[in-house]
Amino acid sequence: MARHGSLLSRSGLTPGQLAMHAFLLLCAFAMLFPFYWMLLTAFRPSQEVFSPTFHWLPQTFVGLDNFRAAFGKAPLLRFMLNGAVICAGILAVQLLTAIPCAYALAKYEFRGRGLLFALVLFALCVPVQVPALPLYMTLAFTGTLDSYFALMLPFFLSVFAIFLFRQVFRSFPDDVIHAARLDGMGEMEILWRIVVPSAGPAIAAFAVFSVTAHWNDLYWPLVVVTSPELAPPPLGMMYFNDPDIGSSFGTLMAAATLLTAPLTVLFLFAQRHFVQGVTMTGVK
Amino acid sequence: MALSSAARVPAGRRRLGATISPAVAYWFAVPSVILLLGTLLLPIMVMIAMSFTDYELGALEFSFLGLDNYTTLWRDAGFWRALLNTLYYVALVVPASVVIGLALAVMVNGLRHGRGFYQVAFFLPVTSTLIAMATVWKYLLHGTIGPVNHLLTTLGLPALEFFGEPSLVMPALAIIGVWSLAGFNMVLFSAGLTAIPQELYEAAAVDGIDTPIGRFFTVTLPMLGPTTMFVIITTSITAFKVFDTVAVLTRGGPQGASDVLLYVNYLEGFQYMRIGLASAITVVFLGIILLLSLIQAKVLERKVHY
Amino acid sequence: MTATVSISSIEKSFGAARMLKGVSVDVAAGEFLTLVGPSGCGKSTLLRILAGLIPQDGGSIHIDGAAVDHLPPRARDVAMVFQSYALYPHMSVHDNIATPLKARRLNSLARLPVLGSLMPGQKTVRAGIDAAVKQVAAQVEIEALLDRRPAQLSGGQRQRVALARAMVRQPRVFLMDEPLSNLDARLRVHMRGELSELHRRLGATFIYVTHDQVEAMTMSSRVALMMDGEIVQVAPPAEIYSNPSDVRVARFIGSPEINLLPGRADPRGYVTLAGRATPLRVGMTGGLTIGLRPETLAIGDGSSDIVVDGRLQRIERLGHDVLLHMRHAGDDQRSFTARVSAMDFDALRMAGRLEASLMFGARATAALMFGADGKRLMPLRDEPSAGNVTYTSSRALMGA
Repeated sequence: MARHGSLLSRSGLTPGQLAMHAFLLLCAFAMLFPFYWMLLTAFRPSQEVFSPTFHWLPQTFVGLDNFRAAFGKAPLLRFMLNGAVICAGILAVQLLTAIPCAYALAKYEFRGRGLLFALVLFALCVPVQVPALPLYMTLAFTGTLDSYFALMLPFFLSVFAIFLFRQVFRSFPDDVIHAARLDGMGEMEILWRIVVPSAGPAIAAFAVFSVTAHWNDLYWPLVVVTSPELAPPPLGMMYFNDPDIGSSFGTLMAAATLLTAPLTVLFLFAQRHFVQGVTMTGVK
Repeated sequence: MALSSAARVPAGRRRLGATISPAVAYWFAVPSVILLLGTLLLPIMVMIAMSFTDYELGALEFSFLGLDNYTTLWRDAGFWRALLNTLYYVALVVPASVVIGLALAVMVNGLRHGRGFYQVAFFLPVTSTLIAMATVWKYLLHGTIGPVNHLLTTLGLPALEFFGEPSLVMPALAIIGVWSLAGFNMVLFSAGLTAIPQELYEAAAVDGIDTPIGRFFTVTLPMLGPTTMFVIITTSITAFKVFDTVAVLTRGGPQGASDVLLYVNYLEGFQYMRIGLASAITVVFLGIILLLSLIQAKVLERKVHY
Repeated sequence: MTATVSISSIEKSFGAARMLKGVSVDVAAGEFLTLVGPSGCGKSTLLRILAGLIPQDGGSIHIDGAAVDHLPPRARDVAMVFQSYALYPHMSVHDNIATPLKARRLNSLARLPVLGSLMPGQKTVRAGIDAAVKQVAAQVEIEALLDRRPAQLSGGQRQRVALARAMVRQPRVFLMDEPLSNLDARLRVHMRGELSELHRRLGATFIYVTHDQVEAMTMSSRVALMMDGEIVQVAPPAEIYSNPSDVRVARFIGSPEINLLPGRADPRGYVTLAGRATPLRVGMTGGLTIGLRPETLAIGDGSSDIVVDGRLQRIERLGHDVLLHMRHAGDDQRSFTARVSAMDFDALRMAGRLEASLMFGARATAALMFGADGKRLMPLRDEPSAGNVTYTSSRALMGA
């Protein structure tokens, strides 16, 4: 027993550490309980939902019945496809516009640079709800409401990306840029072939950040989209939650599971970039 | 560089030395500048201008009202209720999510094993689709069949009708808010923690401070000061923008007890199409956000000195 | 492939600070010119102006007789090796070296990442580039590293890659900005030899910037010493050491630093050092500085041309030599250093003479004299005849 104890403490598991683990496990349980409950409900029959007693596991396992019902009720795959299209479109335009602008701010001196950067800093503070009304009106007058373009328009410019990449590019050594100029590369080529590849981690972190934000966004889709076939996941979820469709908790939870799964899986695979993304957003 | 030196060369002389022309920089910046003007600056100006009119979407004409929209808001009990509800939500979410985030970060950082697991576990709510998880929470907090109430009744406490009782609806939304934000704050604090030099702890140990609590109050907390301020304000801004959970779960109910600023704004602008009045609400909203951002900028400025 | 480089009256200011104050120097074709000076003297700035990376405020650069002031870097046909090597971090060694050739020989479409390789009619061009890369890699002995990334290389290997990238397009002029300063001491010595050899083999013009006087002395055909934005002296290494035009040059070149002791010239021009007469004579009267390099001082008995005595403060053994750090016996109490052979030192120690005051002697021809303005004073050979020009200023010397 004593031997066992010394082994534990040698591996760093002192009583203090064990107590912290116990407490943190409790916290983790609380944090993850909604996910557990979602899965649990998605896999049990509706009657069990209303049973007055609490059960950790489904009393009767219904397999994928709830999922099948969910697919039958609304075009879930369509919602996810919409989410993917919107996120990809937004990200592509964001990167294509923000990277050159950030590079100009970081490495060139030009008249108006200070003003442009000040505007970027101002824009960093402005949430999408602020320009929403005029943008909505413009889309309404041009008849482009209820389209992918309308869903993406307010997010094409990411001032956050400009800000983040400017920071990253500023620390790129001038000597390498000078070497590339001497080697005969043009400025555009230097940017995309020399500077951008070295900013890979920052771009990955931003991509993760951008995709998370726009996959999960509800406000703007709610404003501009009326046809269900254009709805991204959160809006689709809202249709589900509509009392008219009837609140079968089982199918609702199955739908929730499906719609939140892509990002959760992405997160589990790209944790490092997520955490890096948050750290870059927050601290720098 | 090119421009400034060109400016110094006496007039009439060609620019000496060959550098890239400043035009390159403009070409690089132009796409972003167009988007910045078109999707942000112009709309904001139009929005501010409209806040002084009685424009309604679809109307053929509109007139200039001066500050009427703002006086209307000032006298409108509904607007005040929404503003106070929002502030109440901020007051509930910010302390809880910051303290929990800090506690989790400090504890996870103090672990020798399994940090990765906890980071993933606590961060998972941040990445999940809030709308989907909000419906799960609605079920969890359900008055009769929710497990939270199962727990309360098991403990001998009365069951609570979270989304039916006006006094409980904001706390219920706040619980969801804290749940979705605490992990985010934890990661921010973790970044701050790793920036604290280990020597400070060693110095404290030499000075006789060797309990975890002592270390926390003498080294960790003071060194995290700027991070903490930053997290508080970031969280405040996020909490101030609460919309999704209200739109999905409560729609302002019961009896307007969960009307929040952005939801009222959304209803005015996009449901009732009263653009003028909605613009005025947006201006107020923007003002508050900018104020918070200004404080944040000041904090960041101070943080540089650390 | 070689060219003359003519630098005339280059001016450059950064804000209010005048970084280069009208720098002029001519470099012969195939020459190895070293710009040496303390950090912040403007030598790296001058190099970047030469390359066209930053614009000058005034003055002009000619390469092979043609003005290049308005040419962009790529059109100047110069290559540069950077202190940080400035390798492209995400490219393999092969691609790093091939880049200058690709940028010149392939059109912009063909340089696109994936599409580019599908473009027709570039097979021979690519093969040519490939061959050139392999040949240069062989010259600097990095054939085995062509597939690696810069991060996987040691400092010395990165250095070679940077050299290869500069060499591959056979430029007329090589510019080197402290290329050896990031290497460890042993490798530095080795690379000095390699660079000299490379220069000899390529026959190109090298302009080399360093703050390390040893690099300047060992590799160059001529050394240009820069201080505070000006070139103080340009001369072959041996001459800049033995015949400095300015006290700043004398102090910068030579290690350990030259001993500077205060002397006086009497009305007839005879120089005394701490009251002791010397055979030196100058064409002026009053205070001056006498410079004696540590190795010119030998342990003596007071019968030498110039006699310096002092008390021993500290000993530094360098192996075959010993540095004796002394305090001058004169009123000035300056410290000076003598470099003596280990044998002489041991004899001195055996004789128990280290405790007492030590006397050193130097030959009159070894002394370098400087006026109050820091310019060199040339000694007069003989009794002055009236009206003779009695001393030569360093400006005249430079012109000579």
